[in-house]
Amino acid sequence: MSQDLLYLAPIISVFAGALLGLLVEALAPRVYRFEAQTCLSGATLVVALIFAIRTFLSSNSRKTAVLGSVTVDGPTLGIWMLLLGFAIGAVVLMAERRAHGQTSAFTAQAATTPGSPDERAFLAARNEHTEVFVLLMFAVGGMLVFPAACDFLTAFVSLEVLSLPLYLLAGLARRNRAISQEAALKYFLLGALSSAIFIYGVALIYGSTGSFDYAQIADSLGQLKTSDKTIYAGLGLVIVGLLFKMGVAPFHVWVPDVYAGSPTAVSAFMAVCTKLAAVGATIRILFVPLGGLRWSWMLPLACIAVLSMLVGAIFGLTQRNLKRLLGYSSIAHAGFILMAIAMATTGVVGTQVGEFGSVGVSLFYMLAYGLATLGAFAITLLVRSSGGTEASEIYVWTGFGRRNPWYGIAMVVFMLSLAGMPLTAGFIAKLYVFALAWFNGYAWLAIAGLTLSLLTAAMYLKVIRLLFLSGGAAPSGSDNDQPTPTTSQASKPLNALIALCVMGTVFFGLLPSQFGNIAAAASVLLR
Amino acid sequence: MLSLDIIAMQAPVIFQVSWLLIAVPLLVAAVLLLVGDHANGVAPLLGVAGVAIPLGLAVTLLVTMLNLGEQSRAVTVSLYEWMSFVGGGVSFALLIDQLSILFVLLITGVGTLIFIYSCGYMADDPGRRRFFALMNLFIAAMLVLVLADSYLLLFVGWEGVGLASYLLIGFWQHKVSASLAAKKAFMVNKVGDLGLFAAIALMFTQFGSSDFHAVNARMDSSGSVVPVIMGFTLLLAALAKSAQVPLHTWLLDAMEGPTPVSALIHAATMVTAGIYLIVRSHAIFALAPSASLTVTIVGAVTIFVGAWIGATKDDIKKVLAASTMSQLGYLMVAAGLGPVGAAFAIFHLLAHGVFKANLFLGAGSVMHATGGETDMRVFGRLRRVLPWTCLAFFCGYLAIIGFPLTSGFYSKDHIIAAAFEQSMVTGVALAVGAALTALYMTRLWLLTFFGASRWDEDVKPHESSSIMVFPLVILGLASLGGGVALNAWIQGWLQPAIGNDVIAAPLIELTWQSEVAFGAVTLGVLTGWLLYRRPLAVQPSATTNPLVRAGANELGLNQAIDALIVRPGWALTSAVGAVETHVIEAGIDGIGSCATRASQQLHRMQGGNVRSYAGVVVIGTVIVVAALVIGIWL
Repeated sequence: MSQDLLYLAPIISVFAGALLGLLVEALAPRVYRFEAQTCLSGATLVVALIFAIRTFLSSNSRKTAVLGSVTVDGPTLGIWMLLLGFAIGAVVLMAERRAHGQTSAFTAQAATTPGSPDERAFLAARNEHTEVFVLLMFAVGGMLVFPAACDFLTAFVSLEVLSLPLYLLAGLARRNRAISQEAALKYFLLGALSSAIFIYGVALIYGSTGSFDYAQIADSLGQLKTSDKTIYAGLGLVIVGLLFKMGVAPFHVWVPDVYAGSPTAVSAFMAVCTKLAAVGATIRILFVPLGGLRWSWMLPLACIAVLSMLVGAIFGLTQRNLKRLLGYSSIAHAGFILMAIAMATTGVVGTQVGEFGSVGVSLFYMLAYGLATLGAFAITLLVRSSGGTEASEIYVWTGFGRRNPWYGIAMVVFMLSLAGMPLTAGFIAKLYVFALAWFNGYAWLAIAGLTLSLLTAAMYLKVIRLLFLSGGAAPSGSDNDQPTPTTSQASKPLNALIALCVMGTVFFGLLPSQFGNIAAAASVLLR
Repeated sequence: MLSLDIIAMQAPVIFQVSWLLIAVPLLVAAVLLLVGDHANGVAPLLGVAGVAIPLGLAVTLLVTMLNLGEQSRAVTVSLYEWMSFVGGGVSFALLIDQLSILFVLLITGVGTLIFIYSCGYMADDPGRRRFFALMNLFIAAMLVLVLADSYLLLFVGWEGVGLASYLLIGFWQHKVSASLAAKKAFMVNKVGDLGLFAAIALMFTQFGSSDFHAVNARMDSSGSVVPVIMGFTLLLAALAKSAQVPLHTWLLDAMEGPTPVSALIHAATMVTAGIYLIVRSHAIFALAPSASLTVTIVGAVTIFVGAWIGATKDDIKKVLAASTMSQLGYLMVAAGLGPVGAAFAIFHLLAHGVFKANLFLGAGSVMHATGGETDMRVFGRLRRVLPWTCLAFFCGYLAIIGFPLTSGFYSKDHIIAAAFEQSMVTGVALAVGAALTALYMTRLWLLTFFGASRWDEDVKPHESSSIMVFPLVILGLASLGGGVALNAWIQGWLQPAIGNDVIAAPLIELTWQSEVAFGAVTLGVLTGWLLYRRPLAVQPSATTNPLVRAGANELGLNQAIDALIVRPGWALTSAVGAVETHVIEAGIDGIGSCATRASQQLHRMQGGNVRSYAGVVVIGTVIVVAALVIGIWL
């Protein structure tokens, strides 16, 4: 039992931290609350990360804990480590106050109507919602359980645990509150729909197999009559529910609106951590209980992957808002990850390119994508229009790199990595994915991916071109009186985060084998 | 190939630090570029150190190698492994062997002298710091090129020298002609880069690796088509880099750069990279006789074309550039001859690197003295005012025409003899080339230093400062004595690395080939003397001789390329542009404006927004479920 607790320590510490955060919220004086919450959530996540790393390093035997509802195996630990690492980054983004003129990016009082006198009073009092950190911690807790769950009920509960705080967080922007609230509502309504679809699928699977437990479902698949089509309908509905959270086209419709409307820190958190948890859960659900049906789902998933890359690339190309562009970018990248998952190879032959299984490739892809996306959102946070609001309209970025060479270079690195240029982690990640498809007999998919990655590169190159153009005025036709946008000063932790993201992107681009071994160790799924 | 198997562990420690050869100039370049104007004062000193330290290291390496047995001289120093994949991998290592060390010595040795010379030549230039930074960048890239143990790393250096060359040709950015020349050099070289890139891609698909060792080892089992394709793609790369017909047109324009740049990059080192590539790829060309034959033919044509152009140009740097083309043609012929010529290609390459650097620096000294003038028609009688330059130039002159006992004599005669052995036609072509070389060099020599002084009244020629004369004298002495020093030794030294034949090479040997060569040279010198001994009119009128006009016009090759490639290229580009504007952009704009309009529409009625989103999700769900359920009926 104590061993069980050790395995579950990351989850326990995150939830404990969240509950402790509630206490802080109730007891600590308002002036200290922001710092206290920042430190508490940061420290909790670090502790959880240390637990996860310890478990990963300490034993090769992975196991099922808590009456068989959570599996702590290689993929779980791999995802946990990435997730916690990126969550720490998200906390840094959320805690950024210097860039926002010494207030947090979250609304002063969520209960007030946007634009009302009440709201102005709270703004004048420099009120801050410090509950956002608690919400983040609960979401992280849900994200930890979701990919580790080994029965559908736990999976569904954790899915809701991770989603509900996100719906709230999306609506808490300090500026442009109406858009933020609209985003939250959209996210909630569509999220509710997807949850319903998911749970309906679970019900159908239960109907066919008589179990929620992954292992038992896997066992009973063999005894199903071939005429039983219920299980396939259930499979389809479950896949839709998962792909919605991953943000894969055509279940991506919420992504651009929500990313653009939410506070930037929350967008970054959703783009990286939510996607990571969803990828982990998708891998486990498709490979463990439904692995026996893989001949049915491989081809449809491959087609959906192509569609997603296509949608992300085409729509991203014409985007004029950087946060929306990153949203479409995340849709395209979800397609690349889905391509790896659709190959359905669990085993690891070796650590060379082309020998990795789907799990290792997905993990590496998420690492590369997460570093670049988190960094890009962090820089987005710094560009302000004259009123002090975040200026994510893309023309505002004209000449940004000339005025701020260091941030400019960092942004170029992130964009190149997202575009998949050699010497960045993004290139290695794409190489792994294409090699996986190629060596698994899906040459057409590899070629389609390669072609579409060229198309996606266009949107990132567009950003790079803007960064180093001279000037910075609005495009002709729009309001020319608009003063030049400014770049706010970032706090030290934020600068450190950006630097870390750059270094990680370049490091894994130059020495990919460093992560390859870890990914290989984290590749074996426990049934 | 056994020698390549020596692992670095057993080799002396000095090999382990060989990466410093590249790191030092790279660091200097980075410091000079990043520190900014604070470094202006130390730029020359730091710049010279950036190439002198590698020179010291290279000499130490050579001495170490001389003390080792023949089998353990070639050492591969692993740097790092980028990735490995099924059936191959990408790792980077330095290969220090008999061939690469000679190149390193040439680059750093001649480089050091040219850098010292530049301290004087560029003393008054406001962009001095940038100049030394870029020169160091070039040295680093060039050393990567010759020290690489794989074609991929070689390609990194190849692109690096191309970049440095581009930046240095256009160093005086305020001159439109300089930036145009830089662009031309870059674009023409891109054609060659494509060839090298294609060859490397082919190597990866065929052998899973681009290491010299692996490629050479697996070459034999690659069938008959692969070596030919590789040979021709590598040849394309070499043509552009080494300025061979028809990709030679950039070299004459490249003289827009500062003269030390012309001396180092466009005479002594970078332009020889193509020959290095071919000699290094001897295993490929051995299996592709048609490619080797093409190398020889291209080289022979270039000797002739270069000499012709050189005999007609009036600009001293352009004559020397044409001469470089022509001499590179000799190297090409020798490299194309295979084992009989490979060692002599390297021999002449080294000799040419030294004497051509000497000639260029001499020309630079003349320009320095006359206020930047390059037109030989307004020189004359400069031997009186530039005695040291004149003397050093004379050494280079003797070497390039192949006067007995000078370095050019040994290196070139071997090539001519080998060519005669191969075929009479090649031999005769090379002998004619030698005669033409003697002709145009005599012309240059007489026009510049003899006859009546034709410079303007207000030009006051003066001997250069000693910091510029010193490198000239050293290079002059090396041009005279280098051949005697290397003649007997070089074939045996290179044999393990490039698999050349070793033949007896006494200091004085009277064979009919050498007599023919000497006769050709004498004929050329005499013709030149007869034509140009008379004092030239101060401003000679335009010539009507069609041969001369064709040569001065670079045989119309620029126009031919313009008509055949550039203009159709422009047409194609504008066609593509039109397609883009009217078809693709219109389409994308259409999609974009539809999306914009749609999103505006949706923003106005917020309820409909989510409903339509939900509609998309539901339709998608229906399709996915249907696909899965129908899937099992099939």
